[in-house]
Amino acid sequence: MSSGFSLFVILGTLGSLIVFTLLLLMNRKVSNPGQTTGHEYDGIEEYDNPLPAWWFWGFLLSIVFALGYLIYYPGLGNFKGLSGWTSAGQLAQQQADADERFGPIFAQYRAIPVEELATIPAAMRMGQRLFATNCAQCHGSAGTGAYGFPNLTDGEWQWGQSVEQVQATLQNGRVAVMPAWNGVLDAYGIRDVTEYVMQISGRDAIAEQATAGQAQFAQLCAACHGADGKGQPMLGAPDLTNDRWLYGGSREQISDVLRHGRNGRMPGFSDRLDEDRLHILNAYVRSLSSQ
Amino acid sequence: MTSNHLSHPLDNNKVVYNYKVVHQFALATVFWGIVGMAVGVLIAAQLAWPVLNFDTAWLSYGRLRPLHTNGVIFAFGGSALMACSLFIVQRTCGARLISDKLAAFVFWGWQTIIVSAVITLPMGMTTSKEYAELEWPISILIAVVWVAYAILFFGTIIKRQQKHIYVANWFFAAFIIAVAILHIVNNLAVPVTLTKSYSIYAGTVDAMVQWWWGHNAVGFFLTAGFLGIMYYFVPKQAGRPIYSYRLSVVHFWALIAIYVWAGPHHLHYSALPDWTQNLGMAMSLILLAPSWGGMINGIMTLSGAWDKLRTDPILKFLVVSLSFYGMSTFEGPMLSIKSVNALSHMTDWTVGHVHAGALGWVAMISIGATYHLIPLLYGRKPGEMFSIKLIDLHFWLATIGTVLYIVSMWVNGLMQGLMWRAVNNDGTLTYSFVETVIASYPGYVVRFIGGGIFLSGMLVMAWNIWKTWLITREELASGKITQQEALA
Repeated sequence: MSSGFSLFVILGTLGSLIVFTLLLLMNRKVSNPGQTTGHEYDGIEEYDNPLPAWWFWGFLLSIVFALGYLIYYPGLGNFKGLSGWTSAGQLAQQQADADERFGPIFAQYRAIPVEELATIPAAMRMGQRLFATNCAQCHGSAGTGAYGFPNLTDGEWQWGQSVEQVQATLQNGRVAVMPAWNGVLDAYGIRDVTEYVMQISGRDAIAEQATAGQAQFAQLCAACHGADGKGQPMLGAPDLTNDRWLYGGSREQISDVLRHGRNGRMPGFSDRLDEDRLHILNAYVRSLSSQ
Repeated sequence: MTSNHLSHPLDNNKVVYNYKVVHQFALATVFWGIVGMAVGVLIAAQLAWPVLNFDTAWLSYGRLRPLHTNGVIFAFGGSALMACSLFIVQRTCGARLISDKLAAFVFWGWQTIIVSAVITLPMGMTTSKEYAELEWPISILIAVVWVAYAILFFGTIIKRQQKHIYVANWFFAAFIIAVAILHIVNNLAVPVTLTKSYSIYAGTVDAMVQWWWGHNAVGFFLTAGFLGIMYYFVPKQAGRPIYSYRLSVVHFWALIAIYVWAGPHHLHYSALPDWTQNLGMAMSLILLAPSWGGMINGIMTLSGAWDKLRTDPILKFLVVSLSFYGMSTFEGPMLSIKSVNALSHMTDWTVGHVHAGALGWVAMISIGATYHLIPLLYGRKPGEMFSIKLIDLHFWLATIGTVLYIVSMWVNGLMQGLMWRAVNNDGTLTYSFVETVIASYPGYVVRFIGGGIFLSGMLVMAWNIWKTWLITREELASGKITQQEALA
């Protein structure tokens, strides 16, 4: 804030407080209490009664309080206030307090390998609470997922299930990109590839169209989903040969994904959860599919 | 006006007032009140039973909620303000509105704006700025109609037969000027198509301008304007002089000067700089006394006429509205205290606070004023509605509905705030968000019932007004009253 604007804020504020005070003081005495002012509007008259004393003093008190508050806390432009308080400072202090108090509770599990953590009930209860606060919004309270949000309990891992892979997912998040093929495939192409995907996922398909779709699949889809359609966790490309579908497995839904593509996004949590907490969360998330 | 019950000295000056526009706006008040509140009851039901969104975009909560707020604030509240201000400015100035054509333009212009809102908001056209959702062509129309309204009002003030200007008109004047400035500044935007525009402000500045508007929509539209209504109808209905002229002077100037500072309290613990948040909070606390000045002046005006509350349900509406006004203007400064706000912000407490003001204050005083106006507009004796008992029934429906609404939201708000901040021994949150939603369900049901009861009162009112009109028409036909007395 420029010093000119700061001065404007300070003078504007103090000036207003002074004006309110003067307004109160100047109107304290009345000339004819209990009498009317002599004005009359459509039959309505007005008494010349004084300001109620409790209201007068209450008003004045609130002005004094505000003045004290603005001297103690920042409020008057660039003047920082006598307390030195800032909201960022308050947040940092509260976070430091929380880290000091709660940090050791999580740190005690840091040395235990993720696989072993899953067998410690106390750690898993903490993991469950971390999951409820940070993950359940998308993946559901039980981790069973929703349309567009992977089910974490079915043993299918879009980005891999090793400790390192899950750790990377939790820390940095993931961005999955299924391109839109609208401009590349015509209506027949979309139809044929859809039939082929129906076929490799083990369902009834129109053979002739599926065969035509296979060539297109090899050309456009195999790079990510693999020649056999079994997917690649490294790219987050789902396995298309089983009955688990992130965006629905009906003919219409598959065609729609082919036409318009999909963008999946899992946010990274490294700026919200420290490594000790992510360590426990990793064990909890991996345990979901083995229950 | 020659009838005996309007025997005010001014009437002897043969001033014939424009009651047509008052009548139009009074009926619009009842009509839009029912529509706006019905949409409110529907979206309250949607929060309890989401299936009521019917999987239909234009029936979904996100689109109907702005329709509800625009409907009750600007259609219902706006029509009440225009009916009362145009009635009061004529009666207290002893002057007819400067132009009947301009008055008609203001009425039909305002109704056009409301109908545009009813069409565009469910279609999903929105600026996404709260209480300023209407897109730029409608927003420009609002500015035009508002300026016409200002010309109509101030023009009538200028040609007044009274030396002084009555306090009710000060409040209307402040409300008209402030809303014009706030509306124009907040709606400055770059249009990209006929139905889409982008605000010229960005980021935190946009948020601050938005809440400068948002808070003063409350301060000037819903407070100053309705205090204008209060300052006429309370002394008129009670038949008593205003308690203190001096108090009205001090609290008027303090109220309009301090309200404009208070917007930042909507943005506590946000990216808004610390100094702005703190200054907004300090000024919000000072705002308590000027707000209460209006309540004191209204309620003390009744001293010596308390007995009338036993027999006059219209006066009950006015007095109870002042009580809710006092309660919500106490609650407001308390909620603006940062440590209280840390608990209340984003919870249903805020919704309860708003409705203590909206149902308890704004709607109740508008209803009371309308019951005062309707018989006069039909050339009947003061308070001579079809049924006084139905007014009393309406009073109890409105009061019970409001109390159910507010209390359920208090309970929900405190519970949500406490559940959100509850932590386990390891510092993790005790409750996931969805658990707080499940816990809020009973409150949502009670709120829906409260809103439904309030709405049913409005239907009773519409029936009462309709029957009053039928009686008036019969009396006209039988020659019991004359056309000049009744507004046809």
